[in-house]
Amino acid sequence: MADESAKKSGGGITKIVFFLVMALVLLSGLLFAPDHAGLAIHPMDQFKIAPLFGGEHMSWFTPTNETLWMGLTVVGIVLLLVIGTRGRAIVPTRTQSVAEMAYGFVYKMVEDVAGKDAVKYFPGIMTLFLFIVFANFLGLIPKSFTPTSHIAVTAVLAMIVFVFVTVLGFVKNGAGFLGLFWVSSAPLALRPILAVIELISYFVRPVSHSIRLAGNVMAGHAVIKVFAGFAGALGLFSFLPILAISAVYALEVLVAFIQAYVFTILTCVYLKDALHPSH
Amino acid sequence: MANTTTQTTDAAHGTADMAHGAAGHAESAGMPQLDFSTFGNQIFWLVVTLVVIYFVLTKIALPRIEAVLADRQSTITNDIAAAEELKQQAVKAEDAYNQALADARIEANKIVAEARAEIQADVDKAAAKADAEIAAKAAESEAAIAEIRKGAVESVKAVAKDTTKEILAVLGTKADAKTITAAITARMKG
Repeated sequence: MADESAKKSGGGITKIVFFLVMALVLLSGLLFAPDHAGLAIHPMDQFKIAPLFGGEHMSWFTPTNETLWMGLTVVGIVLLLVIGTRGRAIVPTRTQSVAEMAYGFVYKMVEDVAGKDAVKYFPGIMTLFLFIVFANFLGLIPKSFTPTSHIAVTAVLAMIVFVFVTVLGFVKNGAGFLGLFWVSSAPLALRPILAVIELISYFVRPVSHSIRLAGNVMAGHAVIKVFAGFAGALGLFSFLPILAISAVYALEVLVAFIQAYVFTILTCVYLKDALHPSH
Repeated sequence: MANTTTQTTDAAHGTADMAHGAAGHAESAGMPQLDFSTFGNQIFWLVVTLVVIYFVLTKIALPRIEAVLADRQSTITNDIAAAEELKQQAVKAEDAYNQALADARIEANKIVAEARAEIQADVDKAAAKADAEIAAKAAESEAAIAEIRKGAVESVKAVAKDTTKEILAVLGTKADAKTITAAITARMKG
C-alpha cells in the first residue's frame, strides 16, 4: 500500500515537473524567440479567399482558391465513383469496393434513419455527404483550402436541406406537417408552450446544422496553425508543438469524417420529420 | 470593393510588421468567414459544384453502382441456387447409386441361389443316374456270378459224374448213368 501510494505521488511529481518544464520551454521560447520570426501566428489566414488567377477584383463568378478546391472535390468524386467503378466488376477492385461502401453507407443511413420512402432523395443526400467528406479530407492536405470551413458554404448546404425539407413536409402532409410542433403526448396545457419551443428549435436547425460543420473544421485547422506558429517561434523546442500538431491532425482526420457523417445523418433525421411529422 | 483594398494594405503592413499585425489590424486577425463580400462568389461556386456532383452521381455513378450491386446480388443468388441444385443432384445420384447397389446385391443373391439350385439338380440327377447305373451293373454282375456259379456246379457235376464213372470202371463195377447222377446230386446237396 505504502509502496503504491509512493509510486502514485512519485507519478504526480513527475507530472508536475513535466508541466513545469513544458511551461518554461514555452515561456523561454516566447521570450528568446528569434526576432525575425516573432509570434507571427495568423491562424485565420488559411481561410482567406483570393482570386485564383491574381488580380484584386472579385466578382461573384471570379474563380478563387475556394473554386479550385471545390473543383477538386468534384475531381475526387469522379475519380472514386466514376473512374473507380468503370470496370463494373462483379468481384470489385479496391477502388470500386470503396465506392460501393460509400454508396452502401449513405444508402443504408437514408433507409434506416429516414425510412424506405426517403430512398428517392438518396442522390441528393449522397451529393451532400460526398461534397463534405471530400472537402474535409482534401482540406487536410497542407497548404490546401477547405470550403467546408466557411460558414457561407455550410449555411447554403444547411439552407438547401432546411428549405427542401420544409417544402417537402408541407407538400406531403399539408397542414398536418404542423403536427410536428404539436406534442400530442404532452399535457394539453403545456402544448402551446412546447409548440413555441419546437418552432424555435425547428428554425435553429439550419443554424446549428451549418455552424457545427464549419466550426469544427475551422477550429481544427486554426489549432494546427497556432501550433505551427509555436513551432516557428520555439526554435530548438519546436518538436513539442510538432508532436501536438501530429496529435491534432490525427483528431482532425477523425473529425473530417465524423462531421460529414453528422451532417448527413441530421439531414436524414430532418427528412424523416418531413415525411412522418407525427410526434 | 473597399474591403479588398484594405486587405491589400493589410498584407503590405503584415510583411513589414508581423508581430503587431495580429493585434493591430482588425481585418487580418478577423475571420475571413465573416467577410460578406465573398459570400456571393462562394455561394455561386458552391451551387455550381453541387449541381455538377449531383449530375455526375445521378447520371453516371449511382446507377452504375446500383447495377453492379444488383448484378452481384443476382449472381450470388443464382450461384446459391445452382449450388443447391447440384447438391440435390448429388443426393439423387447417391440415392440412385445406393439403390443400384442394393438391386445388384439382390440380383446377385438371386443368381447365386438359382445357380445353386441348378447345380443341386444336376448333381441329384447325376447321382440318381449313377445309382441306377451302379444298380444295373450290380444286377448284371450278380447274374453273371450266378451264371458262373451255376456253370461251376454243372461242371463239378459233370466232372464228378465222369470221375465217378471212371473210378467205378477202374473198380470194375458198372453203374448206370442214372444212379450216378442221382447219387452225385444227393451228395452235392449234402
